[in-house]
Amino acid sequence: MCSCDKGKKHIDLKELKLKKMIVQYKGEAGALIPVLQEAQQIYSYLPESVLKIIAEEMGIAVAEVYGVATFYSQFRFAPIGKNVIRVCMGTACHVRGALKVLKTMERELGIKAGETTGDGQFTLETVSCVGACGLAPVISVNNKVYGNMTPLKVPEILGKFE
Amino acid sequence: MKNLVDNCCQKCTHTIETPCKDFISCRTTGPLCHDDPACREERNKHLAKIQNPGEISIKQILICTGTGCASSGSHRLIEMVREELVKRDLDEIVRVRSTGCHGFCEQGPIVIIEPDKTFYTKVKPSDIAEIIEKDIVNGHKVEHLLYKDPVTGEAACTYETVNFYAKQKRIILDNCGQINPERISHYIAKDGYKGFEKVLHSFNPEGVIDEIKKSGLRGRGGAGFPTGLKWSMCRRNESDKKYVICNADEGDPGAFMDRSVLEGDPHAVIEGMLIGAYAIGADEGYVYCRAEYPLAIERMKIAIAHAEKYGLLGNNILDSGFNFKLHIKAGAGAFVCGEETALIASIEGKRGMPRVRPPYPAEKGLWGKPTNINNVETWANVPHIIRNGAEWYAQIGTEKSKGTKIFALTGKVNNTGLVEVPMGITLREIIYDIGGGIQGNKKFKAAQIGGPSGGCIPEELLDLPVDFDSLKEVGAMIGSGGLVVLDETTCMVDIARFFLTFVQKESCGKCTPCREGTKRMLEILTRITKGQGREEDLDNLERLAHVIKDTALCGLGQTAPNPVLATLKYFRHEYEVHIREKRCPAHSCASLLKYKIDPEKCKRCGLCAKYCPAGSIFGDKNTPFEIDTLSCIKCNTCYEKCKFNAITIS
Repeated sequence: MCSCDKGKKHIDLKELKLKKMIVQYKGEAGALIPVLQEAQQIYSYLPESVLKIIAEEMGIAVAEVYGVATFYSQFRFAPIGKNVIRVCMGTACHVRGALKVLKTMERELGIKAGETTGDGQFTLETVSCVGACGLAPVISVNNKVYGNMTPLKVPEILGKFE
Repeated sequence: MKNLVDNCCQKCTHTIETPCKDFISCRTTGPLCHDDPACREERNKHLAKIQNPGEISIKQILICTGTGCASSGSHRLIEMVREELVKRDLDEIVRVRSTGCHGFCEQGPIVIIEPDKTFYTKVKPSDIAEIIEKDIVNGHKVEHLLYKDPVTGEAACTYETVNFYAKQKRIILDNCGQINPERISHYIAKDGYKGFEKVLHSFNPEGVIDEIKKSGLRGRGGAGFPTGLKWSMCRRNESDKKYVICNADEGDPGAFMDRSVLEGDPHAVIEGMLIGAYAIGADEGYVYCRAEYPLAIERMKIAIAHAEKYGLLGNNILDSGFNFKLHIKAGAGAFVCGEETALIASIEGKRGMPRVRPPYPAEKGLWGKPTNINNVETWANVPHIIRNGAEWYAQIGTEKSKGTKIFALTGKVNNTGLVEVPMGITLREIIYDIGGGIQGNKKFKAAQIGGPSGGCIPEELLDLPVDFDSLKEVGAMIGSGGLVVLDETTCMVDIARFFLTFVQKESCGKCTPCREGTKRMLEILTRITKGQGREEDLDNLERLAHVIKDTALCGLGQTAPNPVLATLKYFRHEYEVHIREKRCPAHSCASLLKYKIDPEKCKRCGLCAKYCPAGSIFGDKNTPFEIDTLSCIKCNTCYEKCKFNAITIS
């Protein structure tokens, strides 16, 4: 390894972006949730170190940041896969067979809802309702909605992302 | 002047800094401050393009880009239509417009040809060339894309003759699917912001509140509290600062009318909030929208930016001295934030937990200041009331429930989608006349109305008029307007367990009755659906339900037991069969089902094994097919695929 980088401080681009973003919210009341949302966009999840930086930069206790972040289901604390699959578990989807779709999905991917495949390709989540009830049951892959799902359609859709 | 909202000539001086009080009426009937035939003609031309495209002899192709149709591929259709029109040199005379949700998502992508009102459903990219050739060029309908009635099989030539729309009364949804929600000019051309202008010109704040009170409008978010009264309570509280909030945290799984209104007609919500803020004396507002609705948030952001650009939000709006700033906040995924005190906590950047009321938000709300919260549909009602008068509005509906209500009709019904109907209509009319009856000729069992706070209505109550009070009497509620139709294959115990699972997962944990009580109820229900129920379980469920109802902190906790109580009231026998006979009459509870292949009937075609998603069926031409019951996921695919009725469920 060459030694010319020695002594130079390693610059973390994501951290720089994070701090820059927090500054924009300075003085704005109730900014913690949007800050967490933007931080998750930068890192794709919220590692402990990021929560600490947010607390420090915003001048609030880490416990409070952690408390708010864990309250809302949108925030994740572990890295996610390249593709995020959400199986809708709303009422309309439930009565039209969402559970069968979820079971098939879990079987095909070899993981349970809330987990990520070993190769980091897929994260499987459930969601309460995406508001596309007319097309029930629905799933979304990377925020694109797929309607009228059946267990048989699962391998076909997964195939598009492999 | 490129756009209807632009200034016509130099004589028009409207800007954000020098606002004109007649800005809105001038855009549709002007110019008002000077008389110039050229300006008038130019205005009328722009107006006609939006209002009466037929009169200026151009055809319009309207393509829905709501969440439902977009997921069925409507964006690709728009591109293809544009390409095809350019190819045929028709792009100058045929306009393509992307619209908001038509509410009939199941038939999407929906394409409408105006002025003919032709209604094409389930349009595929391969249909585009045919639509242009046959319909646009030669004026014939493309028969195979027309909507066919599920009962009579008859094709509907226009959307007006589609039963799904014919029996609705669309006031709030009127603009959705007709205007481009990303253009403020479209909203203004359809009389948008005229209600707000009328308020500034001829009402004092008390007058606005009186008008809303006279109209009889009640909150559409669930409880049905009189809107005018709510406003007057907030107005009464003196303060240097007041807020109005739009609750767009539509968390009820199975309801999506608020999403549609925000996506399809966002300016109506802004106009409603402007009128409310003026009446209450607020100068700042928030739209709190759930993060699961990215398109709704995007459209609302665009609408706010446009309203700011033309001086409809900001300082000294339309030279009235009235100031109003509007922000949008994205939720972060918590059902409980639909409760008003929890929603306020969430805007303040805290955990979204409800607190004890009083003090009500009207006294101490956001940042401790008097705050008025209404939901999306309520705000969207307000401009119509002001524009057309309280008397007009009060004619619609029943004695105590005025106006229309939007329901999200879903589940086992032929036509699923959003339906707007006058209050007082019967469930039978909604499900059979508009919804086209039950899918697959199955038998109706119940209508689940009001989501996790609501109840289940059995067949004998189908002729009940739907309004706030009559539904409450039978143990249900309008709630946010989710209406899920259940047929004979839906298990009522499983439905109760479904809602309890939801409520338990979403319980914020602040009060014990909701946190622990729903957990215990869920345990009992799970036990019953697994065939391990005990005789005393039903009494325990009822006792727990009443304790939670009486003691939970917020409205969500207090109504959480409703789905259990309602199913116990009308479908008790289903619970009893699960407990005593260990079987599920609807063949729905997976733990109580066993799939088997009848070797006598099986022709060894192998279709079941081919389609089994779990790979649990084994056999070949020589060995009879069998199902491995351990790995079987009971998905019913084999049952549906078998042509010889060889699969039995026990």
